[in-house]
Amino acid sequence: MSPKGSFPELTSGRRPVGVVSFAQYDNVRREDARNEVEMLLPVVTEVFGNIGITKDDVGFICSGSTDYLIGGPFSFVAALDAVGVWPPRAESHVEMDGAWALYEAWVLLQEGEIDAALVYAFGRSSMGDLSQVLAVQLDPYYLAPLWPDPTALAALQAQAMIDTGGGCGGACAAGARRSRKAALSNPKAQVAYDRSAEALLKEDYAVAPLRRHALPPLTDGCAAVVLAAGDKAYEWCERPAFITGIDHRIETHSVGARDLTVSPSTRVAGEKAGVGAKKVDIAELHAPFAHQELILSAALGLGDGVSLNPSGGALAANPMMSAGLIRIGEAAQRIWSGDADRAVAHATSGPCLQQNLVAVLEGV
Amino acid sequence: MSEREPVTMMDATTRLEYVFTAGVAMSKNLHGYEQGKFIGQRCPKCKKVYVPSRGSCPTDGVATDEIVELPNTGTMTTYCVVNVPFAGQSIEIPYICGQILLDGANLSFMGLIQEIPIDEIRMGMRVEAVWEEPEKWGPTLASVKYFRPNGEPDADYDTYKEYL
Repeated sequence: MSPKGSFPELTSGRRPVGVVSFAQYDNVRREDARNEVEMLLPVVTEVFGNIGITKDDVGFICSGSTDYLIGGPFSFVAALDAVGVWPPRAESHVEMDGAWALYEAWVLLQEGEIDAALVYAFGRSSMGDLSQVLAVQLDPYYLAPLWPDPTALAALQAQAMIDTGGGCGGACAAGARRSRKAALSNPKAQVAYDRSAEALLKEDYAVAPLRRHALPPLTDGCAAVVLAAGDKAYEWCERPAFITGIDHRIETHSVGARDLTVSPSTRVAGEKAGVGAKKVDIAELHAPFAHQELILSAALGLGDGVSLNPSGGALAANPMMSAGLIRIGEAAQRIWSGDADRAVAHATSGPCLQQNLVAVLEGV
Repeated sequence: MSEREPVTMMDATTRLEYVFTAGVAMSKNLHGYEQGKFIGQRCPKCKKVYVPSRGSCPTDGVATDEIVELPNTGTMTTYCVVNVPFAGQSIEIPYICGQILLDGANLSFMGLIQEIPIDEIRMGMRVEAVWEEPEKWGPTLASVKYFRPNGEPDADYDTYKEYL
Protein backbone atom coordinates (compact mmCIF):
# COMPACT_ATOMS: atom_id res chain seq x y z
CA MET A 1 0.00 0.00 0.00
CA SER A 2 1.50 3.33 -1.02
CA PRO A 3 1.11 6.19 1.44
CA LYS A 4 -0.93 7.92 -1.25
CA GLY A 5 -3.04 5.08 -2.55
CA SER A 6 -3.36 1.39 -3.07
CA PHE A 7 -2.39 -0.73 -6.02
CA PRO A 8 -4.76 -2.95 -8.00
CA GLU A 9 -4.31 -6.69 -8.25
CA LEU A 10 -2.06 -7.59 -11.19
CA THR A 11 -2.69 -10.21 -13.85
CA SER A 12 0.62 -9.49 -15.59
CA GLY A 13 3.94 -8.81 -13.89
CA ARG A 14 4.77 -8.19 -10.25
CA ARG A 15 5.18 -4.44 -10.08
CA PRO A 16 2.34 -1.97 -10.55
CA VAL A 17 3.16 0.37 -13.45
CA GLY A 18 0.84 3.27 -14.16
CA VAL A 19 0.28 5.48 -17.17
CA VAL A 20 0.61 8.93 -15.59
CA SER A 21 0.79 11.34 -18.52
CA PHE A 22 -0.15 11.45 -22.18
CA ALA A 23 0.16 13.94 -25.03
CA GLN A 24 -0.43 13.81 -28.77
CA TYR A 25 0.06 16.06 -31.77
CA ASP A 26 -2.87 17.70 -33.54
CA ASN A 27 -3.54 14.91 -36.01
CA VAL A 28 -3.47 16.30 -39.54
CA ARG A 29 -3.57 14.96 -43.07
CA ARG A 30 -0.22 16.50 -43.90
CA GLU A 31 2.35 18.26 -41.73
CA ASP A 32 4.40 20.01 -44.39
CA ALA A 33 6.45 22.48 -42.40
CA ARG A 34 7.68 20.56 -39.37
CA ASN A 35 9.77 17.43 -39.49
CA GLU A 36 9.41 14.59 -36.98
CA VAL A 37 11.69 16.15 -34.38
CA GLU A 38 9.84 19.47 -34.53
CA MET A 39 6.51 17.64 -34.17
CA LEU A 40 7.74 15.61 -31.21
CA LEU A 41 9.33 18.49 -29.31
CA PRO A 42 6.07 20.13 -28.16
CA VAL A 43 4.50 16.72 -27.46
CA VAL A 44 7.41 15.59 -25.27
CA THR A 45 7.47 18.99 -23.56
CA GLU A 46 3.74 18.64 -22.85
CA VAL A 47 3.90 15.05 -21.58
CA PHE A 48 6.56 16.07 -19.06
CA GLY A 49 4.96 19.42 -18.31
CA ASN A 50 1.59 17.83 -17.49
CA ILE A 51 3.11 16.32 -14.36
CA GLY A 52 5.92 18.79 -13.70
CA ILE A 53 8.85 16.53 -14.49
CA THR A 54 11.82 16.69 -16.90
CA LYS A 55 13.77 14.17 -18.93
CA ASP A 56 16.08 13.73 -15.93
CA ASP A 57 13.22 12.11 -13.98
CA VAL A 58 12.88 9.10 -16.30
CA GLY A 59 15.33 6.22 -16.39
CA PHE A 60 14.43 4.78 -19.78
CA ILE A 61 13.32 6.13 -23.14
CA CYS A 62 11.64 3.86 -25.67
CA SER A 63 10.13 4.84 -29.00
CA GLY A 64 8.15 3.33 -31.84
CA SER A 65 8.45 4.40 -35.47
CA THR A 66 9.54 3.06 -38.83
CA ASP A 67 12.26 4.15 -41.21
CA TYR A 68 10.06 3.08 -44.12
CA LEU A 69 7.71 6.00 -43.52
CA ILE A 70 10.48 8.54 -43.64
CA GLY A 71 12.61 6.86 -46.28
CA GLY A 72 15.82 7.06 -44.29
CA PRO A 73 17.77 4.63 -42.10
CA PHE A 74 18.12 5.24 -38.37
CA SER A 75 15.63 8.08 -38.61
CA PHE A 76 14.52 7.40 -35.05
CA VAL A 77 17.93 8.46 -33.73
CA ALA A 78 17.32 12.07 -34.74
CA ALA A 79 14.02 12.00 -32.86
CA LEU A 80 15.94 11.90 -29.58
CA ASP A 81 16.74 15.58 -30.21
CA ALA A 82 13.20 16.17 -29.04
CA VAL A 83 14.04 14.68 -25.65
CA GLY A 84 17.64 15.68 -25.03
CA VAL A 85 19.92 12.85 -24.09
CA TRP A 86 22.54 14.25 -21.79
CA PRO A 87 23.28 12.85 -19.26
CA PRO A 88 22.96 9.55 -21.12
CA ARG A 89 20.33 7.02 -20.08
CA ALA A 90 19.02 3.67 -21.28
CA GLU A 91 17.17 4.00 -24.57
CA SER A 92 15.58 1.67 -27.05
CA HIS A 93 13.48 1.67 -30.17
CA VAL A 94 11.09 -0.67 -31.94
CA GLU A 95 10.19 -0.60 -35.60
CA MET A 96 6.60 -0.88 -34.48
CA ASP A 97 3.72 1.04 -33.04
CA GLY A 98 4.64 2.84 -29.82
CA ALA A 99 2.33 0.46 -27.94
CA TRP A 100 5.06 -2.15 -28.27
CA ALA A 101 7.65 0.41 -27.14
CA LEU A 102 5.41 0.83 -24.09
CA TYR A 103 5.45 -2.93 -23.61
CA GLU A 104 9.26 -2.92 -23.63
CA ALA A 105 9.31 -0.09 -21.11
CA TRP A 106 6.80 -1.97 -18.94
CA VAL A 107 9.06 -5.06 -19.00
CA LEU A 108 12.09 -3.01 -17.97
CA LEU A 109 10.13 -1.35 -15.17
CA GLN A 110 9.23 -4.80 -13.85
CA GLU A 111 12.93 -5.42 -13.15
CA GLY A 112 12.97 -2.74 -10.50
CA GLU A 113 16.13 -0.83 -11.44
CA ILE A 114 14.24 2.20 -12.71
CA ASP A 115 10.97 3.77 -11.68
CA ALA A 116 9.86 5.76 -14.71
CA ALA A 117 10.01 5.69 -18.49
CA LEU A 118 9.17 7.93 -21.43
CA VAL A 119 7.50 6.25 -24.39
CA TYR A 120 6.89 8.09 -27.64
CA ALA A 121 5.89 7.28 -31.18
CA PHE A 122 5.69 9.13 -34.45
CA GLY A 123 4.59 8.49 -38.00
CA ARG A 124 3.97 10.66 -41.02
CA SER A 125 1.94 8.95 -43.70
CA SER A 126 2.29 11.91 -46.06
CA MET A 127 5.93 11.55 -46.98
CA GLY A 128 5.60 8.59 -49.27
CA ASP A 129 2.84 6.46 -50.72
CA LEU A 130 1.56 4.69 -47.63
CA SER A 131 -0.03 1.89 -49.65
CA GLN A 132 3.32 1.06 -51.21
CA VAL A 133 5.22 1.41 -47.97
CA LEU A 134 2.91 -1.01 -46.15
CA ALA A 135 2.99 -3.45 -49.08
CA VAL A 136 6.71 -4.04 -48.62
CA GLN A 137 6.12 -5.48 -45.16
CA LEU A 138 4.21 -8.38 -46.71
CA ASP A 139 5.50 -11.82 -47.65
CA PRO A 140 8.13 -11.06 -50.32
CA TYR A 141 7.44 -14.12 -52.46
CA TYR A 142 3.69 -14.44 -52.76
CA LEU A 143 2.12 -11.24 -51.58
CA ALA A 144 4.38 -8.20 -51.90
CA PRO A 145 4.84 -8.60 -55.67
CA LEU A 146 1.08 -8.06 -55.99
CA TRP A 147 1.46 -4.73 -54.10
CA PRO A 148 -1.83 -5.12 -52.23
CA ASP A 149 -2.65 -1.97 -50.32
CA PRO A 150 -4.09 -2.08 -46.80
CA THR A 151 -7.56 -1.13 -48.02
CA ALA A 152 -7.63 -4.02 -50.49
CA LEU A 153 -6.50 -6.48 -47.82
CA ALA A 154 -9.04 -5.12 -45.36
CA ALA A 155 -11.69 -5.44 -48.05
CA LEU A 156 -10.80 -9.13 -48.44
CA GLN A 157 -11.28 -9.47 -44.70
CA ALA A 158 -14.63 -7.68 -44.77
CA GLN A 159 -15.77 -9.82 -47.69
CA ALA A 160 -14.79 -12.95 -45.79
CA MET A 161 -17.01 -11.75 -42.94
CA ILE A 162 -19.93 -11.29 -45.33
CA ASP A 163 -19.32 -14.68 -46.96
CA THR A 164 -19.43 -16.45 -43.61
CA GLY A 165 -22.66 -14.79 -42.60
CA GLY A 166 -21.07 -12.25 -40.30
CA GLY A 167 -22.49 -8.74 -40.20
CA CYS A 168 -20.68 -6.01 -42.01
CA GLY A 169 -22.50 -3.28 -43.92
CA GLY A 170 -24.99 -2.11 -41.33
CA ALA A 171 -22.86 -2.89 -38.29
CA CYS A 172 -19.84 -1.18 -39.82
CA ALA A 173 -21.82 1.92 -40.66
CA ALA A 174 -23.19 2.04 -37.13
CA GLY A 175 -19.73 1.67 -35.67
CA ALA A 176 -18.25 4.28 -38.00
CA ARG A 177 -21.09 6.68 -37.20
CA ARG A 178 -20.52 6.20 -33.49
CA SER A 179 -16.75 6.69 -33.75
CA ARG A 180 -16.88 9.77 -35.94
CA LYS A 181 -19.56 11.34 -33.76
CA ALA A 182 -17.55 10.64 -30.61
CA ALA A 183 -14.58 12.24 -32.36
CA LEU A 184 -16.45 15.56 -32.32
CA SER A 185 -15.57 15.76 -28.61
CA ASN A 186 -11.93 14.89 -29.24
CA PRO A 187 -9.85 18.04 -29.86
CA LYS A 188 -7.16 15.91 -31.50
CA ALA A 189 -9.46 14.18 -33.96
CA GLN A 190 -8.80 14.64 -37.65
CA VAL A 191 -12.08 13.28 -39.00
CA ALA A 192 -15.26 13.90 -37.05
CA TYR A 193 -18.87 14.26 -38.15
CA ASP A 194 -22.43 13.46 -37.21
CA ARG A 195 -24.04 11.57 -40.08
CA SER A 196 -26.63 8.85 -40.01
CA ALA A 197 -25.82 5.23 -40.77
CA GLU A 198 -28.27 5.42 -43.69
CA ALA A 199 -26.29 8.30 -45.21
CA LEU A 200 -23.03 6.41 -44.75
CA LEU A 201 -24.45 3.34 -46.48
CA LYS A 202 -25.22 5.44 -49.56
CA GLU A 203 -21.54 6.28 -50.03
CA ASP A 204 -19.64 4.86 -52.97
CA TYR A 205 -17.47 1.86 -52.43
CA ALA A 206 -13.80 2.68 -51.88
CA VAL A 207 -12.85 -0.97 -52.39
CA ALA A 208 -15.92 -3.20 -52.19
CA PRO A 209 -17.33 -4.09 -49.78
CA LEU A 210 -15.74 -1.17 -47.91
CA ARG A 211 -17.24 2.27 -48.32
CA ARG A 212 -15.37 5.48 -47.54
CA HIS A 213 -16.69 5.70 -43.99
CA ALA A 214 -15.11 2.36 -43.12
CA LEU A 215 -11.61 3.60 -43.93
CA PRO A 216 -9.17 5.36 -41.62
CA PRO A 217 -7.83 8.79 -42.57
CA LEU A 218 -4.23 9.28 -43.65
CA THR A 219 -2.56 11.05 -40.76
CA ASP A 220 0.67 12.68 -39.73
CA GLY A 221 1.05 12.61 -35.97
CA CYS A 222 2.97 11.64 -32.90
CA ALA A 223 2.30 10.88 -29.23
CA ALA A 224 4.03 10.34 -25.91
CA VAL A 225 3.26 8.60 -22.61
CA VAL A 226 5.00 8.58 -19.23
CA LEU A 227 5.00 5.35 -17.21
CA ALA A 228 5.76 5.33 -13.48
CA ALA A 229 6.08 2.36 -11.16
CA GLY A 230 4.97 1.85 -7.59
CA ASP A 231 4.94 4.89 -5.34
CA LYS A 232 6.37 7.04 -8.12
CA ALA A 233 3.06 6.73 -9.96
CA TYR A 234 1.24 8.39 -7.07
CA GLU A 235 3.95 11.04 -6.78
CA TRP A 236 3.10 12.28 -10.24
CA CYS A 237 -0.56 11.41 -10.64
CA GLU A 238 -3.55 11.43 -8.33
CA ARG A 239 -5.19 8.43 -9.95
CA PRO A 240 -2.66 6.53 -12.07
CA ALA A 241 -4.04 4.24 -14.78
CA PHE A 242 -2.29 1.08 -13.62
CA ILE A 243 -1.51 -1.60 -16.19
CA THR A 244 -2.95 -4.67 -14.49
CA GLY A 245 -2.56 -6.84 -17.58
CA ILE A 246 -0.59 -6.60 -20.80
CA ASP A 247 0.16 -9.18 -23.45
CA HIS A 248 0.77 -9.37 -27.18
CA ARG A 249 0.48 -12.22 -29.68
CA ILE A 250 1.21 -12.62 -33.37
CA GLU A 251 -0.35 -14.75 -36.09
CA THR A 252 1.19 -16.09 -39.28
CA HIS A 253 2.76 -13.70 -41.75
CA SER A 254 0.78 -15.27 -44.55
CA VAL A 255 -2.56 -13.50 -44.93
CA GLY A 256 -3.89 -16.35 -47.07
CA ALA A 257 -3.25 -18.90 -44.33
CA ARG A 258 -5.41 -17.14 -41.73
CA ASP A 259 -9.12 -17.06 -41.04
CA LEU A 260 -9.49 -13.30 -41.36
CA THR A 261 -12.93 -13.22 -39.75
CA VAL A 262 -11.57 -13.91 -36.26
CA SER A 263 -8.60 -12.69 -34.26
CA PRO A 264 -7.12 -15.51 -32.19
CA SER A 265 -4.08 -13.44 -31.29
CA THR A 266 -6.33 -10.76 -29.78
CA ARG A 267 -8.35 -13.41 -27.96
CA VAL A 268 -5.25 -15.01 -26.41
CA ALA A 269 -3.66 -11.67 -25.56
CA GLY A 270 -6.91 -10.58 -23.96
CA GLU A 271 -7.11 -13.75 -21.88
CA LYS A 272 -3.50 -13.42 -20.75
CA ALA A 273 -4.08 -9.78 -19.87
CA GLY A 274 -7.14 -10.75 -17.82
CA VAL A 275 -9.71 -8.70 -19.74
CA GLY A 276 -12.64 -10.83 -18.63
CA ALA A 277 -11.73 -10.95 -14.94
CA LYS A 278 -13.79 -7.89 -14.04
CA LYS A 279 -16.21 -5.43 -15.59
CA VAL A 280 -14.81 -3.36 -18.45
CA ASP A 281 -16.08 0.22 -18.71
CA ILE A 282 -14.42 1.39 -21.93
CA ALA A 283 -12.34 -0.15 -24.67
CA GLU A 284 -10.05 1.79 -26.99
CA LEU A 285 -9.59 -0.59 -29.91
CA HIS A 286 -7.06 0.12 -32.65
CA ALA A 287 -9.30 -0.79 -35.56
CA PRO A 288 -8.20 1.15 -38.64
CA PHE A 289 -11.12 -0.31 -40.62
CA ALA A 290 -14.65 -0.25 -39.25
CA HIS A 291 -15.32 -3.99 -39.60
CA GLN A 292 -12.21 -4.76 -37.53
CA GLU A 293 -13.87 -3.27 -34.45
CA LEU A 294 -16.46 -6.06 -34.70
CA ILE A 295 -13.76 -8.73 -34.92
CA LEU A 296 -11.79 -7.28 -32.01
CA SER A 297 -14.66 -6.78 -29.61
CA ALA A 298 -15.82 -10.35 -30.32
CA ALA A 299 -12.28 -11.64 -29.67
CA LEU A 300 -12.12 -9.77 -26.39
CA GLY A 301 -15.60 -10.83 -25.34
CA LEU A 302 -16.76 -7.25 -24.85
CA GLY A 303 -20.47 -6.98 -24.18
CA ASP A 304 -22.94 -4.22 -24.98
CA GLY A 305 -22.19 -2.40 -21.73
CA VAL A 306 -18.69 -1.46 -22.86
CA SER A 307 -18.23 1.95 -24.42
CA LEU A 308 -16.14 1.43 -27.56
CA ASN A 309 -13.63 4.03 -28.74
CA PRO A 310 -14.91 7.07 -26.89
CA SER A 311 -12.03 8.99 -28.51
CA GLY A 312 -13.24 8.10 -31.99
CA GLY A 313 -10.51 5.49 -32.39
CA ALA A 314 -8.38 5.05 -35.48
CA LEU A 315 -11.27 6.18 -37.68
CA ALA A 316 -10.87 9.64 -36.17
CA ALA A 317 -7.09 9.79 -36.62
CA ASN A 318 -4.65 7.11 -37.72
CA PRO A 319 -1.06 8.30 -37.34
CA MET A 320 1.13 5.35 -38.26
CA MET A 321 3.15 3.83 -35.43
CA SER A 322 1.30 6.07 -32.95
CA ALA A 323 -2.36 5.10 -33.12
CA GLY A 324 -1.89 2.10 -30.83
CA LEU A 325 -0.02 4.09 -28.21
CA ILE A 326 -2.74 6.73 -28.46
CA ARG A 327 -5.37 4.11 -27.61
CA ILE A 328 -3.50 3.44 -24.37
CA GLY A 329 -3.22 7.17 -23.67
CA GLU A 330 -6.89 7.83 -24.41
CA ALA A 331 -7.95 4.98 -22.13
CA ALA A 332 -5.66 6.26 -19.38
CA GLN A 333 -7.11 9.77 -19.65
CA ARG A 334 -10.58 8.47 -18.91
CA ILE A 335 -9.33 6.66 -15.84
CA TRP A 336 -7.60 9.80 -14.56
CA SER A 337 -10.80 11.74 -14.96
CA GLY A 338 -12.89 9.10 -13.25
CA ASP A 339 -15.00 8.48 -16.37
CA ALA A 340 -13.86 4.88 -16.22
CA ASP A 341 -12.48 2.56 -13.56
CA ARG A 342 -11.33 -0.23 -15.83
CA ALA A 343 -10.35 0.09 -19.48
CA VAL A 344 -9.06 -2.11 -22.27
CA ALA A 345 -6.60 -0.61 -24.76
CA HIS A 346 -5.58 -2.48 -27.89
CA ALA A 347 -2.97 -1.97 -30.60
CA THR A 348 -2.50 -3.78 -33.88
CA SER A 349 0.26 -4.24 -36.44
CA GLY A 350 0.67 -6.08 -39.73
CA PRO A 351 -1.91 -6.86 -42.40
CA CYS A 352 -5.52 -7.52 -41.31
CA LEU A 353 -4.90 -7.58 -37.54
CA GLN A 354 -1.92 -9.94 -37.76
CA GLN A 355 -0.36 -8.90 -34.47
CA ASN A 356 -2.19 -7.58 -31.46
CA LEU A 357 -1.39 -6.10 -28.07
CA VAL A 358 -3.96 -5.87 -25.30
CA ALA A 359 -3.56 -3.84 -22.12
CA VAL A 360 -5.93 -3.58 -19.19
CA LEU A 361 -5.82 -0.33 -17.24
CA GLU A 362 -7.35 0.21 -13.83
CA GLY A 363 -7.72 3.16 -11.53
CA VAL A 364 -8.04 2.61 -7.82
CA MET B 1 2.61 -32.30 -65.55
CA SER B 2 6.01 -31.61 -67.09
CA GLU B 3 9.13 -31.69 -64.95
CA ARG B 4 10.35 -28.18 -64.16
CA GLU B 5 13.36 -26.99 -62.28
CA PRO B 6 12.61 -25.58 -58.85
CA VAL B 7 12.74 -21.80 -58.68
CA THR B 8 15.88 -20.81 -56.80
CA MET B 9 16.04 -17.06 -57.39
CA MET B 10 13.43 -14.36 -57.60
CA ASP B 11 13.92 -10.74 -58.55
CA ALA B 12 11.79 -8.63 -56.22
CA THR B 13 12.40 -5.09 -57.34
CA THR B 14 11.22 -2.47 -54.90
CA ARG B 15 11.13 1.26 -55.36
CA LEU B 16 9.63 3.73 -52.92
CA GLU B 17 9.54 7.47 -53.50
CA TYR B 18 9.40 10.07 -50.78
CA VAL B 19 8.98 13.81 -50.46
CA PHE B 20 11.37 14.75 -47.71
CA THR B 21 10.54 17.52 -45.26
CA ALA B 22 13.56 19.50 -44.16
CA GLY B 23 11.62 21.01 -41.29
CA VAL B 24 11.26 24.57 -40.10
CA ALA B 25 14.76 24.91 -38.66
CA MET B 26 16.59 23.17 -41.47
CA SER B 27 14.65 25.25 -43.99
CA LYS B 28 16.06 28.38 -42.38
CA ASN B 29 19.54 26.98 -42.84
CA LEU B 30 18.87 26.05 -46.46
CA HIS B 31 17.36 29.46 -47.26
CA GLY B 32 20.52 30.93 -45.75
CA TYR B 33 22.61 29.32 -48.49
CA GLU B 34 20.44 31.18 -51.02
CA GLN B 35 21.83 34.37 -49.50
CA GLY B 36 25.41 33.24 -49.03
CA LYS B 37 25.01 32.71 -45.29
CA PHE B 38 25.67 29.92 -42.80
CA ILE B 39 22.64 29.81 -40.47
CA GLY B 40 22.68 28.14 -37.08
CA GLN B 41 20.61 28.29 -33.90
CA ARG B 42 21.52 28.79 -30.24
CA CYS B 43 20.11 26.71 -27.37
CA PRO B 44 18.57 28.96 -24.71
CA LYS B 45 19.71 26.57 -21.99
CA CYS B 46 23.30 25.52 -22.75
CA LYS B 47 23.97 28.39 -25.18
CA LYS B 48 25.55 26.07 -27.73
CA VAL B 49 25.25 27.06 -31.37
CA TYR B 50 24.26 24.32 -33.79
CA VAL B 51 24.87 24.59 -37.50
CA PRO B 52 22.98 23.57 -39.57
CA SER B 53 20.07 24.83 -37.52
CA ARG B 54 18.05 21.84 -36.36
CA GLY B 55 15.22 23.20 -34.21
CA SER B 56 16.14 21.56 -30.93
CA CYS B 57 19.16 21.05 -28.72
CA PRO B 58 20.13 17.35 -28.69
CA THR B 59 21.56 17.75 -25.19
CA ASP B 60 18.69 19.52 -23.48
CA GLY B 61 15.70 18.70 -25.69
CA VAL B 62 14.51 22.32 -25.86
CA ALA B 63 13.57 24.40 -28.87
CA THR B 64 16.44 26.45 -30.30
CA ASP B 65 14.66 29.50 -31.69
CA GLU B 66 17.49 32.05 -31.67
CA ILE B 67 18.99 32.40 -35.15
CA VAL B 68 22.76 32.86 -35.38
CA GLU B 69 24.64 33.76 -38.53
CA LEU B 70 28.07 32.16 -38.67
CA PRO B 71 31.12 33.63 -40.41
CA ASN B 72 32.85 32.06 -43.41
CA THR B 73 35.91 31.07 -41.41
CA GLY B 74 36.49 28.13 -39.17
CA THR B 75 38.77 25.32 -38.08
CA MET B 76 39.02 21.97 -39.82
CA THR B 77 38.97 19.68 -36.81
CA THR B 78 39.70 16.47 -38.65
CA TYR B 79 39.64 15.08 -42.14
CA CYS B 80 39.90 12.03 -44.31
CA VAL B 81 41.41 11.51 -47.73
CA VAL B 82 39.06 9.67 -50.05
CA ASN B 83 40.96 7.27 -52.30
CA VAL B 84 38.34 4.67 -53.02
CA PRO B 85 36.15 5.07 -56.08
CA PHE B 86 32.43 4.54 -55.46
CA ALA B 87 29.23 4.67 -57.50
CA GLY B 88 27.92 8.20 -57.98
CA GLN B 89 31.25 9.83 -57.18
CA SER B 90 31.34 13.34 -58.62
CA ILE B 91 34.74 14.53 -57.45
CA GLU B 92 38.07 13.24 -58.79
CA ILE B 93 39.94 11.07 -56.27
CA PRO B 94 41.93 11.53 -54.17
CA TYR B 95 40.08 14.32 -52.39
CA ILE B 96 39.75 15.57 -48.84
CA CYS B 97 36.60 15.56 -46.71
CA GLY B 98 36.99 17.76 -43.67
CA GLN B 99 34.91 18.46 -40.56
CA ILE B 100 34.41 22.21 -40.49
CA LEU B 101 33.88 23.94 -37.17
CA LEU B 102 32.84 27.47 -38.10
CA ASP B 103 33.94 30.20 -35.70
CA GLY B 104 31.26 30.45 -33.02
CA ALA B 105 29.69 27.08 -33.72
CA ASN B 106 29.56 24.12 -31.35
CA LEU B 107 28.92 21.52 -34.02
CA SER B 108 31.01 20.70 -37.07
CA PHE B 109 29.77 19.61 -40.48
CA MET B 110 31.42 17.86 -43.38
CA GLY B 111 32.80 19.87 -46.28
CA LEU B 112 35.03 19.43 -49.30
CA ILE B 113 38.58 20.76 -48.87
CA GLN B 114 40.46 22.02 -51.92
CA GLU B 115 43.48 24.17 -52.87
CA ILE B 116 45.89 22.19 -50.71
CA PRO B 117 48.10 19.25 -51.64
CA ILE B 118 46.97 15.98 -50.02
CA ASP B 119 50.25 15.57 -48.15
CA GLU B 120 50.03 19.01 -46.50
CA ILE B 121 46.63 18.55 -44.89
CA ARG B 122 46.61 18.51 -41.09
CA MET B 123 44.16 18.76 -38.18
CA GLY B 124 43.53 22.22 -36.84
CA MET B 125 44.00 23.92 -40.18
CA ARG B 126 42.21 27.27 -40.44
CA VAL B 127 39.83 27.38 -43.42
CA GLU B 128 37.47 29.71 -45.23
CA ALA B 129 34.44 28.99 -47.39
CA VAL B 130 34.64 29.56 -51.14
CA TRP B 131 31.15 30.24 -52.43
CA GLU B 132 29.79 29.73 -55.93
CA GLU B 133 28.86 32.78 -58.02
CA PRO B 134 25.77 34.38 -56.40
CA GLU B 135 23.64 33.49 -59.45
CA LYS B 136 24.22 29.85 -58.60
CA TRP B 137 23.17 30.09 -54.94
CA GLY B 138 20.25 27.86 -54.01
CA PRO B 139 18.79 26.25 -50.87
CA THR B 140 21.65 23.77 -50.66
CA LEU B 141 25.14 23.44 -49.21
CA ALA B 142 26.23 23.02 -52.82
CA SER B 143 26.10 26.85 -52.93
CA VAL B 144 29.48 26.52 -51.22
CA LYS B 145 32.05 25.21 -53.68
CA TYR B 146 34.51 24.09 -51.03
CA PHE B 147 36.68 25.22 -48.10
CA ARG B 148 40.32 26.17 -48.48
CA PRO B 149 43.12 27.09 -46.06
CA ASN B 150 42.93 30.81 -45.27
CA GLY B 151 46.57 31.26 -44.31
CA GLU B 152 46.08 31.75 -40.55
CA PRO B 153 48.29 29.76 -38.18
CA ASP B 154 46.80 26.38 -37.24
CA ALA B 155 44.29 26.49 -34.38
CA ASP B 156 45.41 25.41 -30.96
CA TYR B 157 44.39 21.81 -30.23
CA ASP B 158 42.53 22.94 -27.10
CA THR B 159 40.18 25.03 -29.21
CA TYR B 160 38.77 22.04 -31.06
CA LYS B 161 39.65 18.90 -29.06
CA GLU B 162 36.07 18.62 -27.74
CA TYR B 163 34.71 18.45 -31.29
CA LEU B 164 36.51 15.29 -32.33
